[in-house]
Amino acid sequence: MEAPAASYVDALARLSLFADLTHPQLEGLAHSFGEEVFAEGQRVIRQDVTGGGFYVILDGEAKVVIDGQERARLSRGDFFGELSLLTDEPPAADVIATSLLRCLIIPDNELKAFLLKQPTVMYRMLQIEARRLRAANVWTG
Amino acid sequence: MLVGSGPGGLQTAYSLARTGIPRCAVLSRDPAPGGMFRHFPLYQRLISWTKPDAPFERGSREYEWYDHNSLVGDERGHSALAPEFMDRTFDVPARHEMEEALVEFATRGGVRVRYGCEWLSTRREEAGFVLETSDGEYRCKICVFAIGVTEPWAPPIPGLEAAPHYVAAGAPEHYQGKDVFIVGKRNSGFELAQGLLPWARSIVLGSPRPVDIDVLAFSPLSIRYLSPYTEHIRGGSGSYVVDAAIERVERHADGYRIHANGTTWEGLIQFDCDEVIAATGFRAPVRDLPSLGVAMVGDGRLPAQTPYWESVSVRGIYFAGNVTQASPGLRKHGATSSSSSVNGFRYNARVLAEHVAEKHFGIARGRRPLDDDEVVPYLLQELAHAPELRVQKGYLARVVDVDDDDRMRDVGILPLADFVDRVDRGDACAVAVEYDADGTILPVVYVRRGGRLVEQALPPHPLHAFDTDEHRRQLEECLAPLLSRKAAV
Repeated sequence: MEAPAASYVDALARLSLFADLTHPQLEGLAHSFGEEVFAEGQRVIRQDVTGGGFYVILDGEAKVVIDGQERARLSRGDFFGELSLLTDEPPAADVIATSLLRCLIIPDNELKAFLLKQPTVMYRMLQIEARRLRAANVWTG
Repeated sequence: MLVGSGPGGLQTAYSLARTGIPRCAVLSRDPAPGGMFRHFPLYQRLISWTKPDAPFERGSREYEWYDHNSLVGDERGHSALAPEFMDRTFDVPARHEMEEALVEFATRGGVRVRYGCEWLSTRREEAGFVLETSDGEYRCKICVFAIGVTEPWAPPIPGLEAAPHYVAAGAPEHYQGKDVFIVGKRNSGFELAQGLLPWARSIVLGSPRPVDIDVLAFSPLSIRYLSPYTEHIRGGSGSYVVDAAIERVERHADGYRIHANGTTWEGLIQFDCDEVIAATGFRAPVRDLPSLGVAMVGDGRLPAQTPYWESVSVRGIYFAGNVTQASPGLRKHGATSSSSSVNGFRYNARVLAEHVAEKHFGIARGRRPLDDDEVVPYLLQELAHAPELRVQKGYLARVVDVDDDDRMRDVGILPLADFVDRVDRGDACAVAVEYDADGTILPVVYVRRGGRLVEQALPPHPLHAFDTDEHRRQLEECLAPLLSRKAAV
């Protein structure tokens, strides 16, 4: 029986979002939520299409596109899809892989339970959201 | 080139042969058709149903919804073969009944396979690929691997290598009077536990992920194998289901000691037992494909695929059968496809065959013209009865488009993700059957008009009769922008 060299758990452990999780918690996360790999050019979430999930980039890069206009670039450790889930509305943007892209996925109907069980992840997520909001204010102001 | 003669390989070979592709060689290391069903499930009975008698006639397209184990033929004589071999002891076939049905499909469908020819390695060359086999080299433009997910896989837990994997577990009577620890809580773990209940003294199933009751309710597992879990939630009479990361396994002269760390609870726990079985799952036997650049997913167990089951990283390498579960589609509300079982991947194989023929060999699929007033009744009928839509919920869709001459035409069954992502294509619509966020089954309509996609859910129905007058009215409303296109011009 052959074991992979760098495991999925190791990839999760490297991300700041999950930095406070213990090893058993990381194992639980890895066993509960799958990963997906997208080809360059493939869409990951889709503007105005319901039922998306919460995605955390494990490897690779993506772009955020709204109404055909590129608005941001994302890379390892970045996450997306949460605004749509928290507001219960379809995504306001496409996210499209710009390289081979590997992500962790938490389905929409499981994100709330996950965050409530792992408040340290929720706190780190809030910190990152706050930084994004500040950056957005500076940018538009 | 196609590799494999399990149900995925047989269905793909059958469908490819009917596309008009000039040459398709099929190889298999096995001596006969059947793939994993020549050996598994270990305890000899499947978990997916076949109803020998159903509201629709055997061999009809509608009947396929009631028969999740037969491969699908283009002729009636090639379809609905599983019920012909079932003795009706259960509504799920025994392993040997499944195997016999697959052998019969290969015979009646004229599926030609070079048996006893093992694929050994792969390399690229300018015109495509070279497959080195036990019978020499084969050159091809396109490869389809229907190789199953059959290679035992275990996570890197220290000491676990001393325990047999599921595939090497003994007969149930071997465990008589013993304390057994099963690592894993998915299909194979529960199958073992159920089989051992009449024999073992105690059984513990342990893995990090908790059993999700809601998911379980939708799982084929709920048909069988759940007695160990039922015993556990009622207090445990020798059967326990534990959420814990297994830290290490120690082998002693008279048994094993398992060291585990709680995941849904805090604390360490040790288990002493006579036997340990690693029901930790399987990986696809991809041999050297990763060295060609084929990206893997699921902790390296499966090749990552596009919506048309092509490797996300190596063009020209496709997958069929159980492996197609690694092309998850839109995953709306976390829903998974049925691509890991025969009922789902039999349809993927048909779509794949048409796609390969069209994209790589210039053989266009038939697109039946539809009069405008045929479109709504046709799509309603599909929503109510198309087995592809009912089995592959939120994954496969019926697509109708507008051709260059402004006529509607039936494009066929396509991956829903592909339809949704082709915003640059012309005006079209698709219908699918999906789960909503609460798990309710309902029809969904997608209309693409002028480069914009609009999604509209239609009402659910207690009997899933999606062809009522109300569905007709709402579908007409959704399709109005397409059907009134001439007036708009």
